[in-house]
Amino acid sequence: MENRPLISVEGLARRFGETGQPAVFEDVWFGIDKGEFCCLIGHSGCGKTTILNVLAGLDTPSGGAVIVDNREIDGPSLDRAVIFQGHALLPWMSVMGNIAFAVSSRWPNWDRARVHEHARKFIELVGLAGAENKRPAQLSGGMKQRVGIARALSIQPKMLLMDEPFSALDALTRGMLQDEVLRICADTQQTVFMITHDVDEAILLADKIVLMTNGPGAKIAEIVVNTMPKNERHRNDLHRHPQYYAIRNHLVEFLVNRSKAFDREIAAHGYDPRRPKLVKPGLSAVNPPAEIVPLTTTGRRQ
Amino acid sequence: MKTSLGLRAGLLSVLIFVAIVGIWQVATMPTAASGPAMDPEYAKLVGAAAATGSKSAMPTPADIGATIWKHLADPFYVRGSNDKGIGIQLAYSLGRVLLGFGLAALVAIPLGFLIGMSPLVYRALDPFIQILKPVSPLAWMPLALYTIKDSAISSIFVIFICSVWPMLINTAFGVGSVRREWLNVARTLEVGPFRTAFRVILPAAAPTIMTGMRISVGIAWLVIVAAEMLVGGTGIGYFVWNEWNNLSIANIVTAILLIGLVGLLLDQGLAYLARLVTYPE
Repeated sequence: MENRPLISVEGLARRFGETGQPAVFEDVWFGIDKGEFCCLIGHSGCGKTTILNVLAGLDTPSGGAVIVDNREIDGPSLDRAVIFQGHALLPWMSVMGNIAFAVSSRWPNWDRARVHEHARKFIELVGLAGAENKRPAQLSGGMKQRVGIARALSIQPKMLLMDEPFSALDALTRGMLQDEVLRICADTQQTVFMITHDVDEAILLADKIVLMTNGPGAKIAEIVVNTMPKNERHRNDLHRHPQYYAIRNHLVEFLVNRSKAFDREIAAHGYDPRRPKLVKPGLSAVNPPAEIVPLTTTGRRQ
Repeated sequence: MKTSLGLRAGLLSVLIFVAIVGIWQVATMPTAASGPAMDPEYAKLVGAAAATGSKSAMPTPADIGATIWKHLADPFYVRGSNDKGIGIQLAYSLGRVLLGFGLAALVAIPLGFLIGMSPLVYRALDPFIQILKPVSPLAWMPLALYTIKDSAISSIFVIFICSVWPMLINTAFGVGSVRREWLNVARTLEVGPFRTAFRVILPAAAPTIMTGMRISVGIAWLVIVAAEMLVGGTGIGYFVWNEWNNLSIANIVTAILLIGLVGLLLDQGLAYLARLVTYPE
């Protein structure tokens, strides 16, 4: 019996259109442990959003499966909350209405007062107290995304799925929201899967960064372990941390060069899609030389 | 100094009104008897004064004013089946329109929902809708009279059939183009199909549906006049036709103005309802 992580992506593939078309991605394997913050990085078109939609249950894969809590997912679930890229608030409802809609979906038997009380807690958590009765159109982009975050957290899911949640925001707002997400996720021990384009965002937030090659036929190249301890990651002095540049350079090097030429790397070094390499570039900065640690050392031996 | 746009527009409106009434007054002024000999039958039809050319059958603005005043002073009198107050006639027409329109809404909105949700139903019903939509509603009248055998219900049916299409098409379009991300929100929250329909799809499509209803009520009000001219008996359309037979142009002009006014009120009423369900994005 395999000792599975909370979420286990096993052999996932997705094709669009007729059969015989090349897959956008195929043979994708990775796992996310409970309480872990996992980021997925890759270029546009490699199927990142599709993977997230499959995890959310909004899309069905052409092959493979996602196992959550030892059960294969077959549709959307309140256990997996999604924070959408474009916030996806319902514009005819107030802030309170949007969150109460989610809360009463989670607990249909709660009365109105209890739903509102619960919703108010999460509005306060994201710092929007006082804006309960505003419509989404009256809010700034950052505030809308806060409502989206509050809505996702309010149903107390087992995991959060975020699709480039901050990409539409200005730098200042993005930074503030990243800090808050970091704080909230640390407080609530939330398991998170997030898609991003932003290397610094990944280093700030993620415990584990999954690198995807370019599509079509995209695959997981390797998994970067963020060896910077959580309590040492602060947005303002991230760049002063001894490991920061080693990790950042590794990620940028991958995105700029290796992501498109990964096939050559496979030919030279071999590749096991079921066990993508776990790399710790941050440690090479502290105690060189760099060592590549295979996935099996983390106790996931079969 | 610059006065507000609204004030200037109002002044211009008054000016245009005065000009129209002035031209009308001049055009209908009684003239000295002259002109060639009249066809005696035409003379009999339009009356002695008009026949001699001293007075046109076309009323002057003052005549119209007096007639409107007379109608508004006593709009609800009943003096026999062919002589009812204009208020009563308008009420008949309004009742038919609201009944036909209401029935059409009851059919079109649920059916439009179904068409909008199901690409299969959409494709299956599309040819029927495309063929029936451009048919003048009055073309249905003989069919209605033959099958229903009741002229009053037939005119309601004609209103029904003309109001159904814009509501059906707009509802289907509104429901079919609800943003995917809003539906995905409902799906990830495991919201059931009925709750999704009422809490997400209906509010999202409501502005489009209301637009369809506004178009429908406008068409229904246009059609009722023609339908009542055909069917007769009661209603503002019948009133207009009856006054044409009486050659009472003043009554016809009064009816035209009141038809316009009621149409305006119907349109504004639905515009108000549409504003209530519109959401800014």
